[in-house]
Amino acid sequence: MSDQEILLSVRDLKIEGRADETWNPIINGSSFDLRKGEVLGMIGESGAGKSTVGLAAMGFTRDGCRISGGSVVFDGIDLVTADAATKRALLGKRIAYVAQSAAASFNPAHRLIDQHTESPIQHGVSSKSDSEADAMELYQRLRLPNPEEIGFRYPHQVSGGQLQRAMTAMAMSCRPDLIIFDEPTTALDVTTQIEVLASIRDIVEQFNTAAIYITHDLAVVAQMADRIKVLLRGDEVEEADTRTMLSNPQQDYTKSLWAVRSFQRELKAPVAIHSTPVVSVQGVSAAYGKVPVLHDISFDIHPGRTVAVVGESGSGKSTAARCITGLLPPGKGLIQFDGESLPADYRQRNRDQLRQAQMIYQMADTALNPRKKIGEIIGRPVEFYMGLKGAEKRKRVEQLLEKIELDPATYIDRLPSELSGGQKQRIGIARALAAEPKFIICDEVTSALDQLVAEGILRLLADLQDTLGLSYMFITHDLATVKSIADEVVVMKEGKVVEQGPKVEMFQPPHHPYTDLLLSSVPEMDPDWLTNLLNERGVDNIGDAASAKI
Amino acid sequence: MNSVLGIILQRLGLGLLTLLVVSILIFASVNALPGDFAQAILGQGATPEAVAAIREDLGLNKPPITRYFDWLAGVITGDFGTSFAQANMSSFAGADTGKGGIASVADQMWPRFKTTLFLAGTAAAISIPLSLLLGILAALYRNSAYDRFINVSTLSAISSPEFFLAYILILFLSFLNPILPSLSNISEGMPFLDKLYYTLLPALTLTLAVTAQMMRMTRAAIINLLASPYIEMARLKGVSPMRVILIHALPNALAPIINVIALNLAYLITGVVVIEVVFVYPGIGQLFVDSVKNRDIPIVQACCLLFATVYILLNLTADIMSILSNPRLRHPK
Repeated sequence: MSDQEILLSVRDLKIEGRADETWNPIINGSSFDLRKGEVLGMIGESGAGKSTVGLAAMGFTRDGCRISGGSVVFDGIDLVTADAATKRALLGKRIAYVAQSAAASFNPAHRLIDQHTESPIQHGVSSKSDSEADAMELYQRLRLPNPEEIGFRYPHQVSGGQLQRAMTAMAMSCRPDLIIFDEPTTALDVTTQIEVLASIRDIVEQFNTAAIYITHDLAVVAQMADRIKVLLRGDEVEEADTRTMLSNPQQDYTKSLWAVRSFQRELKAPVAIHSTPVVSVQGVSAAYGKVPVLHDISFDIHPGRTVAVVGESGSGKSTAARCITGLLPPGKGLIQFDGESLPADYRQRNRDQLRQAQMIYQMADTALNPRKKIGEIIGRPVEFYMGLKGAEKRKRVEQLLEKIELDPATYIDRLPSELSGGQKQRIGIARALAAEPKFIICDEVTSALDQLVAEGILRLLADLQDTLGLSYMFITHDLATVKSIADEVVVMKEGKVVEQGPKVEMFQPPHHPYTDLLLSSVPEMDPDWLTNLLNERGVDNIGDAASAKI
Repeated sequence: MNSVLGIILQRLGLGLLTLLVVSILIFASVNALPGDFAQAILGQGATPEAVAAIREDLGLNKPPITRYFDWLAGVITGDFGTSFAQANMSSFAGADTGKGGIASVADQMWPRFKTTLFLAGTAAAISIPLSLLLGILAALYRNSAYDRFINVSTLSAISSPEFFLAYILILFLSFLNPILPSLSNISEGMPFLDKLYYTLLPALTLTLAVTAQMMRMTRAAIINLLASPYIEMARLKGVSPMRVILIHALPNALAPIINVIALNLAYLITGVVVIEVVFVYPGIGQLFVDSVKNRDIPIVQACCLLFATVYILLNLTADIMSILSNPRLRHPK
């Protein structure tokens, strides 16, 4: 790589964001070079400024941000000082962008192919018909199904993984010199992610395109990048080529990132044969309107244990939770609690039955009322279920805050907006605990959090389980989380339970083929993992294609 | 497309139901008006016998429920009844029926409604393109001096009473600079251009009254979308700012814009009473005002029903067009 000429040179880039009427620094001086055909991985937790740097590399800042210093020189042009027309001439033509959520970044009002051909036509690179023919060829190379026809669909008619590949194809439409990939696979399931990763890597190699690959997932960046740069809260931590960075990280922060997936609960004894499960789901089928979602699912959750329910988006995990809580009365089947059948609809359950099963949500941001103070948010179930008022209520709320390791005096009168993501999720836990339940449903509670923070939440949940004897239904698509905290695992696909059993058995062969596919699709830190996997599976047998065959 | 057809049929059904409810309200409130036609026409000194005779003659002494159903049955078959005061009305333009002097309500209203439609149509043809253009430009140059100027001036226009706007326009365009006539007494036989010439001043007044809402909704609906990821994507593809707004934002902003346009169109047709009076424009608004004065119940009822129908139809059209502007419904999976 070092013999290629330098394409992009960023020097001492400083970016400020506007908040409360003042400009505050977001990026405190970032510098890097990118050579032709090279892939630079940019990694860090959310808020580290990865996307901001990525967009600034295109000379672009979002509303409320500005570049306050430094230079971004692309092929001899400084994008910081260049005027809007000069930048527009480069964007889409020589520098392209692939966004995190293709579903949100494709315009819902236009067909894919019309969006694909927009850049070539607007920049005068090729005619509409040439560009359409080229789009079909790119779709083919990216292994999209029906490449001749798929472009004529609207974004909502195409699946997420396919859209992400269509967006990569769109970025390629003018054969740019540089593409910025901004977390292109974060919103995808593991099996779909592989396909997109493989497609991106192939096409970047074929056209010798330089790329900046932004992600928070170390294992993903290990597959994609020649070099890795680590960012922390607007500061650069370190930069090195991929293999060096993985085998020999220098800085403490990088080392801590590398060591995150270390939390591991010890194994519990097997469930006693005649013990009564806390929750028993028996032959439940459910539908949204006329669309069937669950087909005859059954599983038990025993006292003091964690059952992880895994599967891809749309597999029915959250719907199962809605059936248990009575939000969606099942069409068929039974929900038992401590051996007693519960009314299917939550409106027919009494207060004590409601109290026994609580929920913690994925997005703590939207699950907490932004206008209520923490004391009120936790105090509400304390009053509703326990009948405590006034000083007694406040005392109970303080106890609960201590349980979730937040200082009561500091936090009780704050608003959710004054808390970090991890702290908000802790408040969600405290609100569930306030009802003194036996059983808590955790719906993807760590998937919106950074790895270090997520680990803290998992440790807290494990401690609470040990001290209070709670049972958890832990819904997740992240198999690393399953490994660290589950006792039993239920694997779901298309509304059916395909396999279930104790964790140790699930992580050892022989697996159900679908479990096998899920397990083998989780990226590993080994930079050769993707190459080896693709060789093993064969190109036509990855991701969606493999999933469809099972 | 079946789902779209289903939604449209459902909306149509709801529209008819609304119209039925409105017909009850109209009938009830018109009957609740103090005084009646017999009293109004005979004056203070009328003998009770004479009043009773006229009431008997017009069917006013039947119970209200019977009268409502008689009226409804007539309306459904297209017969809106006979104007109580048709003899008094024949002096107005367009009321000449050629049927020996007895003018049905429909015969009286139709020419008036056509002239009102002409005025509303002229105002719409000016105001809709104008407010879309102003709105798009305001979105493009948001927070600029132009944006502020256009916001302030359209808001001032909408905040002033219409008769005031009308007199200001008359002052400047027909008194100080005699460009346009201040009296719009058009008649059916006039050539199109003459009609347009006489209609222009009231149409301009109405334009001033409705532009602000449509322009501001266009601006807001577009700006609302500018933070969405697909707009950022379009910018990052090097698309020009004008194209970002026209091709990427506007198609997704249509639904709210269409709805505000429909509301304003309905206002143009049903809310023109004041303007018609100021410019002596022989439209349905004047007929309506005269009929209320004369307690000419069949015409008042028919006018109300016509206004309600216009409102419901325009909103129905807006609903259907907003549905059609959503690609998810036009192109199901």
